[in-house]
Amino acid sequence: MEKAIVTKDLTKRFGDFIATDAITFEVERGEIFGFLGANGAGKTTAMRMLCGLLKPSSGQATVAGYDIFTQTDRVKKNIGYMSQKFSLYEDLTVRENIRFYGGIYGLGRRQIKLKTEQLLEKLQITREADQLVSSLPLGWKQKLAFSIAILHDPSIVFLDEPTGGVDPITRRQFWDLIYEAAHQQVTVFVTTHYMDEAEYCDRISMMVDGRIKALDTPRRLKAQFGADSMNGVFLQLARQQNISNQ
Amino acid sequence: MRQFPAFVKKEFYHIFRDRRTLLILFGMPVVQIILFGYAITNEIRHAEIAVLDQANDYYSNRLVNKIGASGYFKITRALRNEREIEEAFRNGSIKVALVLPKNFGYDFYHGRKAPVQLLTDASDPNSASTLLNYATAIINNYQQEMMGDQQLPLTIDVQPRMLYNPALKGVFMFVPGVMTLILMLVSAMMTSITITREKETGTMEILLVSPLSPGKIIVGKVVPYILLSFINALIILGLGVFLFGMPVKGSLLLLLMECGLFVLTALTLGILISTITASQQAAMMISMVGLLMPTMLLSGFVFPLESMPLPLRILANVFPAKWFIIILKDVMLKGSGLPGIWQPTAVLCGMTILFIALSVRNFKTRLA
Repeated sequence: MEKAIVTKDLTKRFGDFIATDAITFEVERGEIFGFLGANGAGKTTAMRMLCGLLKPSSGQATVAGYDIFTQTDRVKKNIGYMSQKFSLYEDLTVRENIRFYGGIYGLGRRQIKLKTEQLLEKLQITREADQLVSSLPLGWKQKLAFSIAILHDPSIVFLDEPTGGVDPITRRQFWDLIYEAAHQQVTVFVTTHYMDEAEYCDRISMMVDGRIKALDTPRRLKAQFGADSMNGVFLQLARQQNISNQ
Repeated sequence: MRQFPAFVKKEFYHIFRDRRTLLILFGMPVVQIILFGYAITNEIRHAEIAVLDQANDYYSNRLVNKIGASGYFKITRALRNEREIEEAFRNGSIKVALVLPKNFGYDFYHGRKAPVQLLTDASDPNSASTLLNYATAIINNYQQEMMGDQQLPLTIDVQPRMLYNPALKGVFMFVPGVMTLILMLVSAMMTSITITREKETGTMEILLVSPLSPGKIIVGKVVPYILLSFINALIILGLGVFLFGMPVKGSLLLLLMECGLFVLTALTLGILISTITASQQAAMMISMVGLLMPTMLLSGFVFPLESMPLPLRILANVFPAKWFIIILKDVMLKGSGLPGIWQPTAVLCGMTILFIALSVRNFKTRLA
């Protein structure tokens, strides 16, 4: 079966600064792939290149089987995206937001109507459907944003620190949605800096200063670094980096 | 092709749910027209004048009556001696003083020189010179009336005619000015704000990741404002024509097309601003300082361009406002057709193309 994401030596330079330095990895279909790293490690840059928001400086990559240099249009049709900044329109109602995103992804009216009802029911917000999004609690907004990001049935969904600023219980509920999507063969590519969230991923890559320093399942990473949590793995990596910098 | 209507619909939701936007869109044009039409005018009526009539004869009385009946002046005081003049100016009760000498009637009747003195409060130089002009005109008129048909040989009789605006109405100047100002404000400021707002809230990223092309995103954001700006232009035109009697001598179709062109110029300028700013605040500041001020001050709307120093006159050419005001005045007052205004029209077209080119370049470098 074809891989969801394949990159080879993917590099992005901003002037003299190398944001991502020749990263190479593969993501399987239906996998939940965690992309970890400190702020400024190059996570967002890498994700933005894969989404077609940034042009890579060199290297190769395919997303959903399409080349990100030459087939960005195809790539865009096959991915969903949710950014760290909250990405719904606050002055539109829940229903209007769903209709809008359905519309710009080219769904038909009947299809949008059907999906709207399904989505409202799944999130149990049928009663709030005609309220402005600004009146909803943050946790609900994030679940709604995720559901809208996969409204057009993309084969891959990119989540850029999706759970920033919410409590652990809401985070857990959010991850239930992610599992459900993965169960339906949607590949999930998620960046985060919550280490407890990292445990939920199938595989994890750790980025430090633009490079991938480790890539494996959470269990094997913990064994490799002799740590009992992902936090321990991360601290070890950071320490190694500090030593090599000196 | 389903994408685009969905996008435009969303944009209308934004506009109609934001009270501030609505107020700027539809409240401001009306308020401005009314303000400029009734309150802010450089015509002066009923200016207080004091008269020191030392002659107090038939001719001097007739002159004083004529000035009082003109509507421009209101005779508030009859002065008794020269010392009272100073005092009247000082306590602010008069703007002008007229002094008629002792032998005014005698001198005037016998065809010799009859001096008249006009004193004005020049602490406000503009209105002082305006009043002086009014008074001089009335006095000249009086002189001609009195002399009747007996023209002296070889005198030059100037018969001025004010073309295109015979009554010298200020309205004819401010309707084009306000129209330019409003269209600039709505089109450039509102579009730059609405685009930067999407950047600020992070929704722009989502849009860019979607299959919508950047071009479509921008056009989708701008289309509602084209419509609304055009409606605004119609409102201002309607108010100007029906409330203030502004004529439209040229072709209405041409006028509307030129309005459309200017809206386009302003919109592309707004897009350009949005490509170089990241926040709504910055976009607003640039629009305010960079567009509104020059539109007010350097377009010939408030202050005549001809009396400005050369550097400012050259600078004025850079702003679209100057050219649009020329077009509006020519079409509305002179009835010019396209051959008469092709030059400013070409300038506006050129500016629009330039703004589009610059925006596209900026947009691309941002994405790369």
